[in-house]
Amino acid sequence: MNNSKKITRITYIALLALLLVAPFIGLYPVFVMKLLCFGLFACAFNLLLGFTGLLSFGHAAFFGSAAYVTGWFVKSQGWTPEIAILAGTVGAGLIGLVVGAVAIRRQGIYFAMITLAIAQMVYFFCLQAPFTGGEDGLQGVPRGSLFGMLSLQSDNAMYYFVVAVFVLCFQFISRIVNSPFGQVLKMIRENEPRAISLGYQVDRYKLLAFVLSAALAGLAGSLKTLVMGFATLSDVHWSMSGEVILMTLLGGVGTFFGPVMGAGIVISLQNLLADKVGSWVTVIIGVIFVLCVLAFRKGVVGELQAFRERRSAAALAGSKQT
Amino acid sequence: MEIFGIPHQAFLGQLLLGLVNGAFYAMLSLGLAVIFGLLGVVNFAHGALYMLGAFAAWIMLDKFGINYWFALVLAPLAVGAFGVVIERLFLKHLYKLDPLYGLLLTFGLALIVEGVFRELYGASGQTYPVPELLSGATNLGFMVLPNYRAWVVLVSLAVCLGTWFIIERTRLGAYLRAGTENAALVQTFGINVPMMVMLTYGAGAALAALAGVLAAPIIQVNPLMGSNLIIVVFAVVVIGGMGSILGSVVTGLALGLVEGMTRVFYPEASNIVVFVVMVLVLMVRPAGLFGKEA
Repeated sequence: MNNSKKITRITYIALLALLLVAPFIGLYPVFVMKLLCFGLFACAFNLLLGFTGLLSFGHAAFFGSAAYVTGWFVKSQGWTPEIAILAGTVGAGLIGLVVGAVAIRRQGIYFAMITLAIAQMVYFFCLQAPFTGGEDGLQGVPRGSLFGMLSLQSDNAMYYFVVAVFVLCFQFISRIVNSPFGQVLKMIRENEPRAISLGYQVDRYKLLAFVLSAALAGLAGSLKTLVMGFATLSDVHWSMSGEVILMTLLGGVGTFFGPVMGAGIVISLQNLLADKVGSWVTVIIGVIFVLCVLAFRKGVVGELQAFRERRSAAALAGSKQT
Repeated sequence: MEIFGIPHQAFLGQLLLGLVNGAFYAMLSLGLAVIFGLLGVVNFAHGALYMLGAFAAWIMLDKFGINYWFALVLAPLAVGAFGVVIERLFLKHLYKLDPLYGLLLTFGLALIVEGVFRELYGASGQTYPVPELLSGATNLGFMVLPNYRAWVVLVSLAVCLGTWFIIERTRLGAYLRAGTENAALVQTFGINVPMMVMLTYGAGAALAALAGVLAAPIIQVNPLMGSNLIIVVFAVVVIGGMGSILGSVVTGLALGLVEGMTRVFYPEASNIVVFVVMVLVLMVRPAGLFGKEA
């Protein structure tokens, strides 16, 4: 156990070091930023699915509406990026509060379908509202200057800002999961009736987890708008909700690093394949989805962990015999 | 003549349009309810199967000259067979797992089917002519009724009634209902439950495809027609009470009408009114209008 913790820590430090030097070793910063934004989105989603056991099919609503809010404040109101991001995050959290309050009344597939349906309302709102730019979305959103002083216009400045936010959020999520609150969430995932019988007000815990997840998803959307310079309907469309599910499932539901890895694989695939195979990308994504569900439910990181556990169990059994 | 300050032609026109949409909602959510009832699978691919039905009819006419009346039978059969293949290849392996996996798997399948058709036929629509026998319109005195739309409503009502009859009033239906309660017990009576499950998915797929063929002359046949509709149908199912056949039919028709009326009085909200109704219903009755509290 101690050994595997050490391995995990070393891996994280190595990954962080890699992130910090990435722009100097030829990785395109905008691509890595996009990857981190979606990685954060997937981590936020995983907080709900992986650690609380709630499958939301409407997380694009939080991601996308925060993207619009941030884009609008920066572009039309001239707010500085950090306040605009905060506005997007809080906005997404508030929408999450409303959606969650309705959705947690039902469980399982009902929960999934209700979140999906309410997210579709948000989509149509974004399509028709006067400040979202309709079909075109918000284009040419400037990155502005952090606290009005530090310009984020260069890709490198933006890059380190995104890395900082990502690392902080990743830490925050692992703090949540490892706290007593997180333990209650896991208990709800494993055995909800038992949590109720132990006297926990399960609905409150679920709602708080939902709001936290929505707010973090919103933060990811806000960052994405600043990085890419636009917020469009595809950010709020339900296919985005499907994509974040795929990222999490592919990387490993309920693992810490899995969602980031899944986001990395999906975004890289889309980037690599888009020029070569056109809209066959959707088909390939669909095939991966089907394969994940049929044969590969633990995801990449989950399968690796299971493999390591099996090996150490075998080693333990071996050492006992000798 | 005016009704609530709206010219009565427009009012009745939207009422009819709402009824036609409601007929599609009813048929699609009926298929979903049947599949969910027996398989416990929320069939996200239902929209894609509906789209396949419409495309099958269009391809039959375009490539082979098979007319509407044959397509009305052949397209659902073809899509139903496709459904059987899906059930055998994929869904079969998921019954013991959390139903959420069925939802995710069918979502992946929907992506594949839609992606293939978008690649082959582009995102623009194909027109399918209204069959000669049903072209034209009947003047009812107070409004002009396009014959084809009347036909759609009639067929849909007949199909809904027929499905209800099969499930609630026949021996086969009794087996189906018993199978949902306790598959192992029904199996011991010598009834082939896996076969029954397979055919149920096929029948649900065929129902979706039939709706697709009926829709083909009304809307543009295009690869995304299913994914736009499926979420509304999900909302209908949630409102009606998941798995309730009566709930699907009544709610489907009623919400079509509600949507039509919204289009008359407050068009901006017509896209979201179904979801608003869903939220309101869930506040009062979390299990849906016709659902049983789990």
